Amino acid sequence: MPAVSMTVNGKPATADVEPRTLLVQFLRENLRLTGTHVGCDTSQCGACVVHVDGKAVKSCTMLAIQAEGANVTTIEGLANGSQLHPMQEAFREHHGLQCGFCTPGMIMTAVDMVNRKGNELDDHTIREELEGNICRCTGYHNIVKAIAAGARSMGTGGARKAAE
Amino acid sequence: MSATGIGAPVRRKEDYRFITGKGQYTDDLTRPGQTYITFVRSPHAHARIRRIDASAAKGMPGVVAVLTGADLAADKVGSLICGWAITSKDGSPMKMAPHPAIANTKANHVGDPVAVVVAETQAQAKDAAEKVVVDYEVLPAVVDPAKAQAKSAPQIHEVAPGNTIYEWHLGDQKAVEAAFKGAKHVTRLDIVNNRLVPNAMEPRAAIAEYDAGNDSLTLWNTTQNPHVARLVISAFVGIAPEHKLRVIAPDVGGGFGSKIFIYPEEVVCLWAARKVNRPVKWVSERTEAFVADAHGRDHVTHAEMAFDGEGKILALRAKTIANLGAYMSTFSSSVPTYLYATLLSGQYEIPQIYCEVDAVYTNTVPVDAYRGAGRPEATFVVERLVEVGAREMQIDPADLRRRNFVKKFPHQTPVIMAYDAGDYNASLKKAMELADVKGFAKRKRESARAGKLRGLGYSTYIEACGIAPSQAVGSLGAGVGLWESAEVRVNPTGSVEVLTGCHQHGQGHETTFAQVVSDRLGIPIENVSVVHGDTDKVQFGMGTYGSRSGAVGISAIVKALDKVEAKAKKVASHLLEAAEADIVFENGQFKVAGTDKVAAFGDVALNAYIAHKFSGQELEPGLKEGSFYDPTNFTFPAGCHICEVEVDTETGQVEVVAWTAVDDFGKVINPMIVEGQVHGGIAQGVGQALLENTTYDTDGQLVTGSYMDYTMPRADNLPSFRVETTETLAPSNPLGIKGCGEAGAIASPAAVINAITDALGTEEIAMPATPAAVWAALQKVNQSRKAAE
Ligand code: FES
Ligand code: FES
Repeated sequence: MPAVSMTVNGKPATADVEPRTLLVQFLRENLRLTGTHVGCDTSQCGACVVHVDGKAVKSCTMLAIQAEGANVTTIEGLANGSQLHPMQEAFREHHGLQCGFCTPGMIMTAVDMVNRKGNELDDHTIREELEGNICRCTGYHNIVKAIAAGARSMGTGGARKAAE
Repeated sequence: MSATGIGAPVRRKEDYRFITGKGQYTDDLTRPGQTYITFVRSPHAHARIRRIDASAAKGMPGVVAVLTGADLAADKVGSLICGWAITSKDGSPMKMAPHPAIANTKANHVGDPVAVVVAETQAQAKDAAEKVVVDYEVLPAVVDPAKAQAKSAPQIHEVAPGNTIYEWHLGDQKAVEAAFKGAKHVTRLDIVNNRLVPNAMEPRAAIAEYDAGNDSLTLWNTTQNPHVARLVISAFVGIAPEHKLRVIAPDVGGGFGSKIFIYPEEVVCLWAARKVNRPVKWVSERTEAFVADAHGRDHVTHAEMAFDGEGKILALRAKTIANLGAYMSTFSSSVPTYLYATLLSGQYEIPQIYCEVDAVYTNTVPVDAYRGAGRPEATFVVERLVEVGAREMQIDPADLRRRNFVKKFPHQTPVIMAYDAGDYNASLKKAMELADVKGFAKRKRESARAGKLRGLGYSTYIEACGIAPSQAVGSLGAGVGLWESAEVRVNPTGSVEVLTGCHQHGQGHETTFAQVVSDRLGIPIENVSVVHGDTDKVQFGMGTYGSRSGAVGISAIVKALDKVEAKAKKVASHLLEAAEADIVFENGQFKVAGTDKVAAFGDVALNAYIAHKFSGQELEPGLKEGSFYDPTNFTFPAGCHICEVEVDTETGQVEVVAWTAVDDFGKVINPMIVEGQVHGGIAQGVGQALLENTTYDTDGQLVTGSYMDYTMPRADNLPSFRVETTETLAPSNPLGIKGCGEAGAIASPAAVINAITDALGTEEIAMPATPAAVWAALQKVNQSRKAAE
């Protein structure tokens, strides 16, 4: 079994894995970082989104060995200690989650969206950008609100930038 | 209203763990020594199992066991059951066929399990499953419910000739016929209520563990009702006695009904765990879920509504064929009967109603309750008939509804339900104002200038929630009572644990239930925790479905709180040295009326446990009370949804441009959470109306078996919603709660289709109204227009 090494949430992580091991399996099973979820088997739901070298990636669509040497951030690594990331805060404040299963992927996608598109996001942009994330609970209304608010608060002085 | 009490939009207590990735869903759990199980599933819709050769699979690396239906039968594991007995019109009982957790002699749908492989790793289990050789004799299949009863149709189960499970009816057929004879106008519709796949985002999962020392089993399971699962698995399937089986439902990622049922997979995990004497874990893949989770809806209906010359409804009749799939799932029989026909009166005074329902077996995945369960189907029938009737009689659809609304309460419908409170005019009026119906004509002209067709559709729906008065449902065939239980445990330090038999999988009970306690006892909401989802912790419960957790679950908590307060007053009377009758409880303090003597709630709690101020003869120590609450009636949430659409005539694309919902849910505990429930329900209903279809080919292959083919609603398919409420209190429970979980899914499909047909000028559009279907309908309209010219 080949060895794979990467940095996950700022810490080095190394393991021997079967070549077919997906990044999401490596995170969930080898590192026990179970905040990243698996909601489908066709790369469509986005429950598994993490950041690889600062970019949103569906971790079910990448082999662990492809992430060799990469810098990976998962939902567990987003907050700064006990201080929540502004996007996490916004999801709570705007009731952007119900069962919570899609939520880690939604939040990681949202942070990436802000990194790419800036802090002023209109509803239309947010809805288009959520193309790769499915939520069955919320009807998206409050997710869209949360992302708009989270984006703004990521831009204001008090809040720090995304973890990367 | 306090900042955390009843009516406050309190931010959810449970959110922290979910937004930080610390939720604990079943797949996040690992047991020491755990093995993995994979199900070998039938690739055929209907096939005799001639032989299974597991020898190659058994030799694969890491394989612990390969088990088949024959092994299951040899161990005398019982059949899965449907727990609601329906009687046909001729008095015969429904035809429930055996449902072994692993098919032994015949597979009856694509996805029916025929064998399992247990291995050291998930990958090894999957690899070995590929090596299980099953020799099938493929049989002809039937998938279309309208064809299932035909003489030429293949027979699926011996016990059910003609694949007919029951032929049931409700109402007075003769009186309805007489009313139709006297009608000035009759509206007729043929309706297909499309089959849906629930698709909670967390796939189902189970871990079973056997404790040989105590001969007991534990099941971690994605279930909406752990106690019911334990009861069925114990009493009917016979896996273990009830006191030797613990069912834990940890965080569960959505259910929408699909996680109510007792499925083959958890039964097999329990059985296999004992057999291999190691924990066994199963996690469904999404594609597997499409052929293993119960589907929803799937009705074929002909319906008619009779009107007099003034547009008053005289009668309604409907004939429905309900597809229950290959086996009767846990509550399947009740969905197209007592959850459907009993709601056909809608918000209207309809003197006579008659409904016939044939339930049939087909070679498809079993069908059972999915968000709304029967009530969306009923609402669709009623709201389409009323809308089309209005158009045919050239009466304004809102006006026709107003003419027929039930205005006096209580109101006994001809189909069992007795509506106890409501104000249907109020919700319609408010919705029309918010949706600016007055300005619609102008908006329609503007759309027309842009080459688009605009339409507006109403749905004034009703549902029966607060499921359910046990005696009433017992008389209708339910095998269980549908009360709820609660225990309120006050600790010596004054904090409180509430143990509830409800289960949350997105509904936010940990917050709303705590609000009720905080409000009542005057203690900070942080000092209240809600415990649920574990049969070893919670006394008993019937679980969460049918929008019952507020109306039934909270009512049980309120009853327990009544007892806590009564007991605490006794303690306070000793503490304050006053007569019990003089103690009043206000704002979290016990006071002696007419004096300045007070004791804080925490002091009373402490004294209840240290028991220094009273003797054991006078009073039992402790402050912990339980209750079982059985509702006296269903509750009747109702409201008005208005959908506005724009149709692109070139592409047939429908855009939902505005949505207004005004719902009467009775007392609202947390408006933020209630609005979220409505949003999610609408999205599922819009999904049904525009996007989601479940297509089987004639061989019984599920063509829409993954997210590649089954269109889930995404953010860019939906608008933002305008959601408001009106309030009439439910008289049947202490807080007046009606329930809100299903309303959106019940109301919305009819509103969407009424809007599209309004835009197109034809009633001939089936769900889902995909661009192709809408475009085709438009071509037909244009052709008949041309022909007329
Ligand atoms: S699990 Fe990765 S997209 Fe669904
Ligand atoms: S919150 Fe349940 S799937 Fe999004």
